[in-house]
Amino acid sequence: MKYALLVYSLPGSHEELPESERNAVYGEYMALGGDPRCTESAQLQPTETATAIRVKDGQRLITDGPFAETKEVFGGYYVFDVANLDEAIAVAERVPAARLGGSVEVRPLVEAPS
Amino acid sequence: MAWLIATARNCALDRLRRRRTLAAKLPLLEEQRVEMIELDDSAFPDERLELLFTCCHPALATEAQVALTLRAVGGLSTEEIAEAFIVSEETMKRRLSRARVKIRQAGIPFEVPAAENLPDRLSAVLAVVYLIYNEGYAGRVDLATEALRIGRLLESLMPDEAEVHALLALMLIQNSRSGARYAGGELVLLAEQDRSSWNAGELREGREELGRAVALMGGNVEGVYLLQASIAAIQAEQPIDWGRIAHLYSELLALTGSPVVALNRAVAFAEAGEPAKALELVERLPLEGYRYLHSTRAELLRRLQRTDEAADAYRAALSLASSDPERRFLQRRLSEI
Repeated sequence: MKYALLVYSLPGSHEELPESERNAVYGEYMALGGDPRCTESAQLQPTETATAIRVKDGQRLITDGPFAETKEVFGGYYVFDVANLDEAIAVAERVPAARLGGSVEVRPLVEAPS
Repeated sequence: MAWLIATARNCALDRLRRRRTLAAKLPLLEEQRVEMIELDDSAFPDERLELLFTCCHPALATEAQVALTLRAVGGLSTEEIAEAFIVSEETMKRRLSRARVKIRQAGIPFEVPAAENLPDRLSAVLAVVYLIYNEGYAGRVDLATEALRIGRLLESLMPDEAEVHALLALMLIQNSRSGARYAGGELVLLAEQDRSSWNAGELREGREELGRAVALMGGNVEGVYLLQASIAAIQAEQPIDWGRIAHLYSELLALTGSPVVALNRAVAFAEAGEPAKALELVERLPLEGYRYLHSTRAELLRRLQRTDEAADAYRAALSLASSDPERRFLQRRLSEI
């Protein structure tokens, strides 16, 4: 089963780490992406680079910033192909954001019938 | 909370654990199959443990865990469960349905958890069983009896787990006193209960389970349920060793950090003859909306003969009282001072 692991971080939580610890943490993110069960992953640039688009009454509305201001910020995702939810959870709890004040949302993908 | 599991027990549990495809086992959780589990338990002995752990998976909301456990393991009807938790049958049907969908869609596996996850997952199962024991209201089905049944089932399936025996001990000892809790519709405190109306058989069985739990803990009184069961057992003795109870509550407080536990500990100090110390502890607790905080404060102030303050506290407790016997009891206390 394929699961999306949506990584939400507490702003500043990674940046405020001492350099050596920060590098180790980034290494962990990369290692997870290199896991053979990981089919894809991406890190998003910070929310300052975000643009929100809505279409209302046929009108296109473009605004600066993410679609919603939240305490935790969506920063990236992994897709893991594992046997069940417990295996997906075992991966998710190793995502550094989870222990640095953020959270990881684990949700199964809608898979096309084979 | 984690505790150490001996490697010998890991092996036993590995034998129990079987990985199955979810699709094959999901029918056990569907409406039609539940009846089969109830009628012919012997045909699926090991699957009842898988079922319990699946129903109590932390990815499900607590109230869903409780409902599913009662439905799939307890075999109660949706109507009976709805009545016990005072919700409509429609609401309960939806709750169960959503939970089943979550199990299927999110891929919650049908298995006994691996050893490294077992402590936390077992904690969740024990919490659900104890919730069932405490939270259900009287209906056609006595949920306390259901919880005991599930507790005994769990004990037969996991006989090497100390906390499993401890939870059963706790429920049995508490249940042994349930007949004495009310007299003529009125609330009766522990000190005034008619001990001859206690269920001696349940008390004895509870003490035996407690002994097994302590032995499995290597002779130590450790663990959330073992501590509570020990406290309940001491309360069944005469005279009650409140000093020891206060000590056990201190250990429980260290494990849980619960202000309610701190409140109970303060009560133990008061019963051991230190009402002033107890009051001091109680005043610090962040339990403003908790009716027992106010009734405890009132009782302590009464013992310290600060009657005006006690009256105020009884009134505060009354405003939060949740049942008529409770209200009448507090009114009586208030009129006595």
